[in-house]
Amino acid sequence: MIEYSDLECPYCARASQLLDELPLRRVFRHFPVVSKHPRARALAVAAEAAALQERFWEMHDSLLADQGHLDDPHLWERCERLGLDLERFERDRRSDALAERVDHDFRSGIRAGVTTTPTMFVDGVAYSGVPDTDLLSILRS
Amino acid sequence: MIEAGAVAPDFTLPDQDGDEVSLQDLAGQISVLVFYPLDFSPVCTDQLNVYHEVLPELEAKGAKLYGISIDSAFSHKAFQDHLGISIPLLADFHPKGEVSKAYGAYIEERGHNQRALVMIGPDLAVTWTHQSPSPLEIPGANLIFDALERQAA
Repeated sequence: MIEYSDLECPYCARASQLLDELPLRRVFRHFPVVSKHPRARALAVAAEAAALQERFWEMHDSLLADQGHLDDPHLWERCERLGLDLERFERDRRSDALAERVDHDFRSGIRAGVTTTPTMFVDGVAYSGVPDTDLLSILRS
Repeated sequence: MIEAGAVAPDFTLPDQDGDEVSLQDLAGQISVLVFYPLDFSPVCTDQLNVYHEVLPELEAKGAKLYGISIDSAFSHKAFQDHLGISIPLLADFHPKGEVSKAYGAYIEERGHNQRALVMIGPDLAVTWTHQSPSPLEIPGANLIFDALERQAA
């Protein structure tokens, strides 16, 4: 399952809780809508910077679990908790390479017709919003 | 719904700042009229936010976007600020929906627009249209990019 998600989006947080309970291989793609969520892009590159230290999903879960604390000092606290090398994290999240990676995800979402988050693709069919019982049963089978 | 090949119906509408925008102002550029139901409805919000994110890319391809709904200029101003977007919003407020009706984007029973895209060429002829199957279905920005690429080819 491919999911387009915005880490500052509360619906994405709820969707992720539901998807976590299923035996799924989740492919995550960033779809930060900055005009709606000012921190979305900063969070996307932060998650990718954590990914470079093998902690993508841990950072992802941590951000979605507490979307009230998304400023830089909160990110540093998370890094400490996850045992990340903070200096490297700070360097990586400002790199052109990660910005390009997030842009690439966003553009692929635009090309796929994504207009809202979360949008999940299952067997090529797009489902938008918090997964309903129908989608959850499709994913369970 | 108006079709490709038709001459774009003339209009003059106030934007969110009360400044008038006329069809003649669109001469010489590629324009996309984004007809949408209402300001402040959640689905519209996502649609215009996503279009806003790709504005630089659309502008690089020579296209300008204009939102149109039956809301007033004052509502448009508040809505534009609320979304943090720069796409101009045209108020088809009085006589209500007159321009939207001319383009075939108005739903009489509901009293507001359907979700539709109309591309107008530099010569003010309609070059492409898209009508959403339902107001809940948002046309992706990919449709606009695809239409622009077909026309450039």
